Amino acid sequence: MIENREILLNDPNSERYLVNMGPQHPSTHGVLRLVVGIKGETVDSVQPHCGYIHRGIEKMCEHITYPQIIHLTDRMDYLSAHQNNHAVCLAVENALGVQVPERVQYIRTIMDELSRIASHQLWWATFGMDLGALTTFFYGLRDREKILDIFEESTGSRFLQSYYTPGGLMKDIHPDFQKHVKEFLVYFRKLLPEYDQLLTGNVIYRARSINMGLLSKEDAINYGVTGPSGRGSGFSCDVRKHKPYGVYHKAEFNEILRTEGDVHARYMVHMDEMRESMKIIEQLIDNIPAGDFIAKMKPVIKLPAGEYWQSVETARGELGVYIVSDGNKNPYRMKFRSPNLSNLGVLEKLSIGHKIADLIAIGGSMDYIIPDIDR
Amino acid sequence: MKEILNYFQEIFSAIRSLTTGMKVTGKYFAINAFTDKQVFTQKYPENRKELKMFDAFRGEVIMTHNENNEHRCNGCGICELNCPNGSIEIIAKKENNEDGKAIRAIDQHVYQLAMCTFCGLCIKACPSNALDWGQDFEHAVFDRSKLTKVLNQPGSKIQKDIKE
Repeated sequence: MIENREILLNDPNSERYLVNMGPQHPSTHGVLRLVVGIKGETVDSVQPHCGYIHRGIEKMCEHITYPQIIHLTDRMDYLSAHQNNHAVCLAVENALGVQVPERVQYIRTIMDELSRIASHQLWWATFGMDLGALTTFFYGLRDREKILDIFEESTGSRFLQSYYTPGGLMKDIHPDFQKHVKEFLVYFRKLLPEYDQLLTGNVIYRARSINMGLLSKEDAINYGVTGPSGRGSGFSCDVRKHKPYGVYHKAEFNEILRTEGDVHARYMVHMDEMRESMKIIEQLIDNIPAGDFIAKMKPVIKLPAGEYWQSVETARGELGVYIVSDGNKNPYRMKFRSPNLSNLGVLEKLSIGHKIADLIAIGGSMDYIIPDIDR
Repeated sequence: MKEILNYFQEIFSAIRSLTTGMKVTGKYFAINAFTDKQVFTQKYPENRKELKMFDAFRGEVIMTHNENNEHRCNGCGICELNCPNGSIEIIAKKENNEDGKAIRAIDQHVYQLAMCTFCGLCIKACPSNALDWGQDFEHAVFDRSKLTKVLNQPGSKIQKDIKE
């Protein structure tokens, strides 16, 4: 960074410029600041500067109890709030050796997949908008609204649900939950082809995405790029398949893998994952067993001293929760392995040599959620 | 010759892809022009009277009172302990019950709406179900001090069946 500035200062005739993109740039989807070195219109360096929305969530966790931590994890990757809650709940339950009722596992898995669809819908909507197709934004948000209504009906909140709690759920699902989810699946199956007609085949979109931002499988593994971005490069990293949690082992679904590694491959992984999620929900929604929605837990949860790790697949990749406990009611240290931070690391490698407008497309395809990067 | 053919083929496939997309948007344009079927938005401030939130909706924390202006809070302070942000403060007092015995009761159940993150732990933890979710969501005020609320109504008493 300092080196670059010196080159600029020392050589007034240099054709290289440093341009600040963000922290208030709409295409970065949050307060991410990218210092972009450009020659003409070609990008030759991208340096992300994090910290604009750092809230110290990991530190805050050290002072509050385990049930209280749940509501903070909502605010990391807010589009996969359910999955973030799930990670902490599973870590605590596994540490205590609590067996949660099967009903809870079914509901959690269905909620996770619903929020994955909602997240991918929003991603599709904003990604199209980044590339200049404003219509996608309205269509994506229109369909996402249906899922948010389902969430609001059962959990009480549309966005930051805080629905899971160590041992089970905060409250039981609404009696109409199954009916409304089935209605949504019928509705969305009909509309998903429209997404393809609108954007996937579009000539402008294809020209801007195919062979753009190539990420090799080696780089994906080296940088720890997980989620749809990693799977677009052929890196088989789906935690739902490799380390099943919830009732994913009872559902039949495919891990979407593509080998091209460009923006279009990542796009197609997102689109196909929505179909796979619908398939999972369809298999589970009729089989929710009756029973309690919460296991019997002690009023004060104290983890035995030790270290615990649990990872789940959020809409953006592998979220890991690492708890160090010293036997107290609050953790000694809490660490979140957030998928977006690892995905951000590879951005410079992807965008060098491309035009600055393509940096927007590449950044959009990686699906960054900035509060998850900074935490 | 082949290059020219490819060139024109590309142009035609590009136009075809654009018309495919335009067909979708055109369909919705036509539907919206002649019907109300595709209206997904609400006229919010105008439809206030008909607007009904879901039963589970988390608008704000309230204390339920029955028709005799009696609440169920005995001032045990479990909600205060469970709140992650310190948005609940219970100011307790001593009160004589009907037998003349001094019991612990609440003077004020102070709830700071501005600090609340709506996680619902206080409501879940309450042993006597004194707290519940309110449906009101229009919290904008001109003065910050109005966000500090006292949940127990003035002159309210504790219900008889609630143990200390």
